[in-house]
Amino acid sequence: MNEKRIRLPLTRETARTLRAGETVLLTGSIYTGRDAAHKRLIQLLDEGKPLPIDVKDQVIYYVGPAPASPGHAVGSAGPTTSYRMDSYAPRLIELGLTGMIGKGKRNQAVIDAMKRYGAVYFGAVGGAAALIARRIKKSEVVCYEDLGSEAIHRFEIEDFPAIVLIDSEGGNLYETGPAAYRAEIEDEAQ
Amino acid sequence: MREIPSSVIREAAVRLIYEASYRIGPDIEAAIRAGIGRERSAAARGVLEQIAESYEIARAESVAICQDTGMAVFFFEIGQEVHIIGPFEEAVNDAVREAYRDGYLRKSVVAEPMFERVNTGDNTPAVIHMRLVPGDRIHILFTPKGFGSENMSRIRMFPPAAGVEGMKRFVIETVAEAGPNPCPPVIVGVGVGGTFEQAALTAKRMTARPVGSHNADPRYAALEDELLAAINRLGVGPAGIGGATTALAVNIDYRPTHIAGMPVAVNMCCHCARHAETTL
Ligand code: SF4
Repeated sequence: MNEKRIRLPLTRETARTLRAGETVLLTGSIYTGRDAAHKRLIQLLDEGKPLPIDVKDQVIYYVGPAPASPGHAVGSAGPTTSYRMDSYAPRLIELGLTGMIGKGKRNQAVIDAMKRYGAVYFGAVGGAAALIARRIKKSEVVCYEDLGSEAIHRFEIEDFPAIVLIDSEGGNLYETGPAAYRAEIEDEAQ
Repeated sequence: MREIPSSVIREAAVRLIYEASYRIGPDIEAAIRAGIGRERSAAARGVLEQIAESYEIARAESVAICQDTGMAVFFFEIGQEVHIIGPFEEAVNDAVREAYRDGYLRKSVVAEPMFERVNTGDNTPAVIHMRLVPGDRIHILFTPKGFGSENMSRIRMFPPAAGVEGMKRFVIETVAEAGPNPCPPVIVGVGVGGTFEQAALTAKRMTARPVGSHNADPRYAALEDELLAAINRLGVGPAGIGGATTALAVNIDYRPTHIAGMPVAVNMCCHCARHAETTL
């Protein structure tokens, strides 16, 4: 496969060049966050307070890794289902977040925000968690340590395998991929 | 009467947790590899290759196949001639506590579901299902369950008139609507009949039936094949990005039910359908 190599941080300009269906290898640093951390971030915004992380040009990986065993930076670390972050994501995209990594469908509000501001939704392969963990070279807690595995971490990643699921023009591999397969088998049946 | 100390149950449970969490079943791994040959798109093949490679890494390094190491679900079949010495549930929960801590498995359980949602910190309590059977042995099946796929599961209380067609439509619809969320390729556990809770429990038990096996009743076996083919025509594909391999298996079982009903439960399970069993 010919993957596109991308260096992070991810600017809006670069984000806008990516197209649904492209396979990429990401290198650089990313943040992690799941439901509980997102809830806290949005609460801060609601109170008019600053965020503990600057999300501009950043990528958030929806993940709650397993504990690291000796000799590893992280334990197994595949994506969690993204829709649980849908009610929070548009606010962060508005603030400059350019990428999200997860798995599963997103709602229209997220897609609209991605189109408006220029952001990408990447997919990592659910259940390929041991392989993905090998591409994470360093991990440190940034904030919300009390949340354990759900704390916001900064990961240093190298050649992290991902697929562009939804692009900044609304192109959606979850729609076009299955439709293309169905069209192919229908053609053959005729 | 055969005496089995609860410590023996605890030790067996610890071993099962490690085995299930690090080593995918050969039936599932073979089905994933077979899928690679069937996919036409490089991206779909790439997904299956990543999954197969990840299984290998997990096994070689004794790390979790998936970071969501699930709620710890156990099915016990206890021979009625067994006398367990010592507290049974405590032994099982101790096993969970020990294995999830020492095995670097994620703790994913909150004590109360609506108000505080505070993590119990040790992945307890286990979910324990039990049946008393003849004999003097104990059979343990451990089948941890992640919630990416658990959340996509459904149950419906059909009227009998819904029949086979109603059941088929419901199963296919459930998989189609789940789409990429439950980490396809999936294993679809289906329980038909019984009561509300029995249908669900039967469906759960079916997620641990080996890929490639069939129901002993030829009518149900034929339904399994038919539904698997129909689901794989949906095109959801590996990781939901489009392709031939949406499900690896549809495993169906039934229970006697009431004259007025036909419950159908669909328990969705990801390709990481982890399970391990032993007999004491
Ligand atoms: S659904 Fe299964 S493979 Fe996907 S994240 Fe959850 S446990 Fe892992």
